[in-house]
Amino acid sequence: MKILVCIKQVPGTNKVEVDEKTGVLKRNGTDSKMNPYDLYALETGLRLKEKYGGTVSVITMGPPQAKAVLYEAFAMGADNGALITDRKFGGADVLATSRTLSQGIRRFGSFDVILCGLQTTDGDTAQVGPEVAELLDIPSVCNVQRIEKAEQGSIIVDMDMPHDIETIKAAFPCLLTVNKDICQPRLPSYLRKQQTMKKDIDIYTFSDMEDKDEEKYGLTGSPTSVQRIFPPISDKVQEHLEGTSRELAQKIYTTLKQKKFIAG
Amino acid sequence: MAKLLIHQEKITDAKALAMICPFGAMQEKDGRLSINAGCRMCRLCEKKGPKGAIEYVEDKKAPQIDKTKWRGIAVYVDHVDGSIHPVTYELLGKAKELAGKIKQPVYALFIGSGIKHKAEELLHYGADKVYICDKSQLEYFKIEAYTSVFEEFITKIKPAAILVGATPVGRQLAPRVAARFGTGLTADCTILDIKENTDLVQIRPAFGGNIMAEILTPNTRPQMATVRYKIMDAPKWSDTATGTVHELAISDEKLKSRIQVLGVTKKPKEKTIDGADVIVVAGRGIKKKDDLKMLEELADLLGGQTASTRPLVEAGWMDPKKQIGLSGRTVRPKLIITCGVSGSVQFVAGMNHADTIFAINNDPKAAIFKTANYAVKADIYDVIPELIQKIKTGGKAL
Repeated sequence: MKILVCIKQVPGTNKVEVDEKTGVLKRNGTDSKMNPYDLYALETGLRLKEKYGGTVSVITMGPPQAKAVLYEAFAMGADNGALITDRKFGGADVLATSRTLSQGIRRFGSFDVILCGLQTTDGDTAQVGPEVAELLDIPSVCNVQRIEKAEQGSIIVDMDMPHDIETIKAAFPCLLTVNKDICQPRLPSYLRKQQTMKKDIDIYTFSDMEDKDEEKYGLTGSPTSVQRIFPPISDKVQEHLEGTSRELAQKIYTTLKQKKFIAG
Repeated sequence: MAKLLIHQEKITDAKALAMICPFGAMQEKDGRLSINAGCRMCRLCEKKGPKGAIEYVEDKKAPQIDKTKWRGIAVYVDHVDGSIHPVTYELLGKAKELAGKIKQPVYALFIGSGIKHKAEELLHYGADKVYICDKSQLEYFKIEAYTSVFEEFITKIKPAAILVGATPVGRQLAPRVAARFGTGLTADCTILDIKENTDLVQIRPAFGGNIMAEILTPNTRPQMATVRYKIMDAPKWSDTATGTVHELAISDEKLKSRIQVLGVTKKPKEKTIDGADVIVVAGRGIKKKDDLKMLEELADLLGGQTASTRPLVEAGWMDPKKQIGLSGRTVRPKLIITCGVSGSVQFVAGMNHADTIFAINNDPKAAIFKTANYAVKADIYDVIPELIQKIKTGGKAL
């Protein structure tokens, strides 16, 4: 089985503030990590390979330093990786990102199953997976919580829905986004990390894309545009309670009783 | 393609300029700057850097589309076997309000099997025209078939904007439709408005919810947005239903699918936090997993349930189903008590419609205090045991 896992490098923290004077984003720290949701997708891919054989490839899109997540994936057991990077891809929204990724995937090879995490911790949209599937013209199943089995040319999975579990058979090639109930990701292996430190990766830039219409990528290719950013506003009527913990407990208790949350 | 040009000669302090970039996409080497693929074209370097150092070069303007050809606000009707998800009514209410501003109709798109008898109900919530596609092939949610019906609808009706509930179905269907039309889709909008030229003003939390972003889809139609359940207010059921129900035809060929639904298993009914009247929330102020027992006791005494913020779920201390926030559940309880929760916007967006909010945190600057009705500056480890004791003894002096 040829398996591909889409992974993303995300900031280590989401702590950002807008400087009220200048309007500049203040981002604390520049550390980054693999999107935690992608670990579940990668683990799912590795387990499929262990059971059915084949290869696990990883692909990511981002600045040159994003290749770090590919090596993280190698240390967990991925076989090969590709980085899609170009200044022309900067400022991409969901659609432009999905186009770039789907083009990169076409360049990378053909796969039976493409796995994605449910969402990222920075963009938080959970939209890129299904958009990539649409652009590759393959079926997609989101919220996969269990892989029942793979068969000749298809895979049977459980999709988590609000009131029930739907068991779905999807024909290869297909794209699955997995949720966190699916498995517990393994830790990277030190030995494997040592062995794969210098591993070659494929790097794709704009010139590697099959579709060479510049208008479709990056900021220009993004139908949505951010008009402004602003700190959240709150307009709640409120009361500050202060005092010793005993006084505070009494005040909370009295208020809860007044509001009839406590009987008597 | 728009790009940024660097005029090295106008840069006095390259390091300082590189610092302006919130994405670390500017690299300084030997006093010269370069921009890498991390650039998100926010243009802050152009605006905040030394004058003329960074130049934004606009490419030739893309031709403007004719927005008058796209009319009306459409709502996707989310349902399970014909039982309509309440987010649909909330969105119809919002659509009615937006459509009123531009004096255009409200549409509802209803896809499924054996659902005809339910279409009438949508008219009572403000839909002017309900388009229904009722076919046996659409009994289960099959993404390719549903996307094709959506495509038919858009091609035929040409709505200016489409609102979709951010449910497990909406979250996978909307992106496929958006990608098929090459249009913008804004996830989890918390505020929606509309301009005279029918541009939908979409506001959503960004950067993990610490900042709000206002997003437009200025030159593409239809505009698409998803909204979570319990974010918008549901309109009242109205006696008068002046709208009409129309059938949306589609060929069987287009309903073919490469996925098969083999079976559906009902999930055992579990106590969900979605419907709870009282919720006690654990935040990062909780030092160890065992301490959650204290909050469980408080929740029990108040007849409620416990929930948590994302970090505790990520740490494996709490069931992901009990996570409140944009990446978890949205709740609207009568009472919520947050314990050691800092209050990221993302969390707040999942609970700020609660009737009464108590926030207990020992950090006076905690953002949660802006949302709380009762801001209690205290150590949870001091005040909660006291409160539990108080409730147990009926408030009498110990």
